[in-house]
Amino acid sequence: MQRVHLTLQVNGEAQEVSFAPYKTLLEVLREDMNLTGTKHGCELGECGACAVLVDGQPLLSCLELALECEGRAIETVEGLANGSALHPLQAAFADLGGAQCGYCTPGILMTAKALLEKEPEPSRERIREAISGNLCRCTGYQQIYESIEEGARRMREEA
Amino acid sequence: MNAPERLKQRTRFDTVGKPRRRVDGRAKVTGLTRFADDVVLPRMVHCKLLRSPHPHAVIEAIDFEKAARHPGVHLVLTGKDFPISYGILPVTQDEYPLANERVRYVGDPVAAVIARDEQTAGEAAELIEVKYRLLNTVSSAEDALANPEPRIHDYGEQGNIHRLQAFEFGDVAEALAGADHVFEDLFFFEGNTHLPLEQHASVAAPDGEGKLTLWSSTQVPHYIHRALARALRIPAAHIRVIACPNGGGFGGKCDLHNHEIVVSRASMLLGRPVKICLTREEVFYMHRGRHPVLMKMKTGVTREGKLTGMHLQTLLDGGGYGSYGVASTFYTGALQTVTYELPRYKFDACRTFTNKPPCGPKRGHGTPQPRFGQEVQLDKIAEKLGLDPAEMRINMVAKPDSLTANWLKIGSIGLEECIRQVVEHSGWKEKRANLPPGRGLGIACGSYLCGAGLPIYWNKMPQSGVQILADRSGQVTVFCGATEIGQGSDDMLAAFVAEVLGIDAFDVRLVTGDTGLTPVDLGSYSSRVTVMMGHAAIQAAERMREMIADAAAMELEVSPERLVMAQGRVFLSEDPSKGMTFAEAVVYAETKYGTLGTVGSYSPPRAPGRFKGAGVGPSPAYSYTAVVVETEVDQNTGWIHVPRIWVAHDIGRAVNPVLARGQVEGSIYMGLGEALMEEQVFRRLPPKMSHALVHKFPSLLEYKSPTSLDMPEVFTYLVEDPDPNCPFGAKEVGQGPLLPVMPAVANAIYDAVGVRIDEIPITPDKVLRALEKKAKGEVPRVGPEHFPQVPYPTPIYVKTPWEGGDGNETKPADRKQRQALAS
Repeated sequence: MQRVHLTLQVNGEAQEVSFAPYKTLLEVLREDMNLTGTKHGCELGECGACAVLVDGQPLLSCLELALECEGRAIETVEGLANGSALHPLQAAFADLGGAQCGYCTPGILMTAKALLEKEPEPSRERIREAISGNLCRCTGYQQIYESIEEGARRMREEA
Repeated sequence: MNAPERLKQRTRFDTVGKPRRRVDGRAKVTGLTRFADDVVLPRMVHCKLLRSPHPHAVIEAIDFEKAARHPGVHLVLTGKDFPISYGILPVTQDEYPLANERVRYVGDPVAAVIARDEQTAGEAAELIEVKYRLLNTVSSAEDALANPEPRIHDYGEQGNIHRLQAFEFGDVAEALAGADHVFEDLFFFEGNTHLPLEQHASVAAPDGEGKLTLWSSTQVPHYIHRALARALRIPAAHIRVIACPNGGGFGGKCDLHNHEIVVSRASMLLGRPVKICLTREEVFYMHRGRHPVLMKMKTGVTREGKLTGMHLQTLLDGGGYGSYGVASTFYTGALQTVTYELPRYKFDACRTFTNKPPCGPKRGHGTPQPRFGQEVQLDKIAEKLGLDPAEMRINMVAKPDSLTANWLKIGSIGLEECIRQVVEHSGWKEKRANLPPGRGLGIACGSYLCGAGLPIYWNKMPQSGVQILADRSGQVTVFCGATEIGQGSDDMLAAFVAEVLGIDAFDVRLVTGDTGLTPVDLGSYSSRVTVMMGHAAIQAAERMREMIADAAAMELEVSPERLVMAQGRVFLSEDPSKGMTFAEAVVYAETKYGTLGTVGSYSPPRAPGRFKGAGVGPSPAYSYTAVVVETEVDQNTGWIHVPRIWVAHDIGRAVNPVLARGQVEGSIYMGLGEALMEEQVFRRLPPKMSHALVHKFPSLLEYKSPTSLDMPEVFTYLVEDPDPNCPFGAKEVGQGPLLPVMPAVANAIYDAVGVRIDEIPITPDKVLRALEKKAKGEVPRVGPEHFPQVPYPTPIYVKTPWEGGDGNETKPADRKQRQALAS
């Protein structure tokens, strides 16, 4: 099948990439752009491990054709840190046990970032709702809530 | 003071016990942790497996001509390419990487295609034509007992019985006859699966010398290394297995997997890297998860609520292959004596083969099922005797530094304190039996191994080894075969070494889980890493510390005993200003001793049991947990809501409290999933389709697991009673806290609405059925109604430690003779 050739905006950088047109954003990020920070747990939109931000909205990259992402702002876990300084959410997850095996972590970090950009001080209930599409088999979620709350607190301090 | 004494007297810690960011935390939050599917190599090609659509069939012919000619295909492999059987346990070498003539479950791999990309490999696999001759299928353990033919395997006890085991510790019939009450219950625990978020992946590649390297999602690189050498007939020295950090394991990545052998062989044939990543559906077929177990439990008690004896019978549905099943079968009985005082104990077990994905070890390995039974039965006993279930348990807790009826050596026990903690914090005394209708509290306890006493293949070598290098730059590099599966294996290793050398955990460089570089550690299973690797790490670090302190002492002209190593410095204990940096001290040590390297290793103490089968159950220490669960049950719909759980875990000492809490809460989460919703179940396709036995829902959406919205508030209490047999007193925390959750939920439901659900999972339909029975005045219980005839053998009879036993079997003849003499 003829490959398509286009420019994707990933983490603020314009990158030319060519790929088979049936490929999902997940596949193009991981396989054609070497951005393996974004994970997959089902490739059917069931687990949330592949969540990235597209135009600021959390989106399951396994359900989105990369073709449809041309001209849209894509954010992945690789773009979260500011240089070598961790994003406050990342630091909080590392400090408070929000990441155990770390496999669901990129998807949850991106989902949490989108939440906090809209609601800088969400309640525990809002956090539970916001990440209810992201499965985690390790933590029991509690340390994830605490990491998001702490990340939010640090973000408000920085702001 | 020598090293062991210094360790024993140690009360002040710089790293151990402090909440810290785990050493691998940064990689996990930046996406830099390299899981197996993140490994990408030049010239890499991709593998897809063709799997059987039939649960039981003979392969009569395979035609892969079209697939081989499909553009982009490099290689097609079938069972003919893999004539050697393998299996993770030496006694069950019953699998083939690709089925050689028989398939035994839907999903059993039959052929492999290696192509330029996954898409092409998948397309070509569909072009392979396989001619099957269908055989009758066995769908459950009872089905296996009733249908000895056709045999799923031509080995085992008889028919479709894989394994029978029977043990008796003291005369149990006598113990039951002498009891004030005897309780007999049937319980069933449905199978469920690990569901790690990371799908299994492997990359195999020949290195520059033509030797094989395998990167894989595995918890046990050493066992894989060993088994792979046998399966491929390649010298172990020519194979390097690298365990990538696992995206969750929970026991599901402990087998040598068929796809690991397939890509290894393919890469050697093609001379280039070959990758496979299972789909989520295939992960359900790989399984090796919780065995479905039917149980019959007969327990004698005194009117004061003390156990007099127990007779437990278990029947396991093992699925299509052996896997770890022989060990799982032992574990359905072996740890039943460790939580409470049990003077006499009899245990019969049977594992069957069925035409379903093989069962194996999942978190708690074989022990959650009987734990569920015992803890629910204790609730029934307490009610009958009019005792408080928490008080009754406190009065029967096993004794520290004791032997059990089946000859297990227990060290420290913090269970009584655990029970007191959850009772106090949950408001147990005021709330239980006093909450409004529909709301209730339930309690349950449990105990677990801190590492299996024996390895899975017989040897007397260390079970964990650690090597440390230090050089003039001040750098400390630690090598160990232990494997990071999310639980914090790497962080434990760094913490132990850092503590002994007085440096920061972040200043330790780690090389782990790589059979080409690291000393053997048996892997991340049986909750063994903290204890076994910890001992080895401390020994290696103490040896390094000795050289560094010695050289520094010479330079400072003091005796080494007077030196302290802490906070990156080596200094005089009475005058901290007199000293040097750690890096300076390493320079003196390298000057004095030459290149600096030390090793440490650990073997568990020999267990006191001497009878055949005594090898399963011993551990250097046991952890203890108590759980109180609160439930709200809607009596119209049967819907179960769990708002709060209190858990106290006897961890000995928490090395990193952040991680310890995460392990406890993760166990509570997984236990709650098993209690309420998770089940690996099967259905038959309609006869006109094939009547095949297929997985009911091999998808993450339909296999229900708790989301953030289902998860209750969890209150965690760590009870620290350092165990003398553990490194700095630290016991396990990754598995034990799961065990009491399921029975505590069942007991809480009884407190809420007065119905007994004697099987797992407890779903709303079962609760409704029990409520209907209650309304009609019938016994308000849902659970198994009968236990089939199982040809259990005459048990191995062993006298208990308190009845003159020596840990050996007493042969039946001896026993009769002695009984005659005694009378």
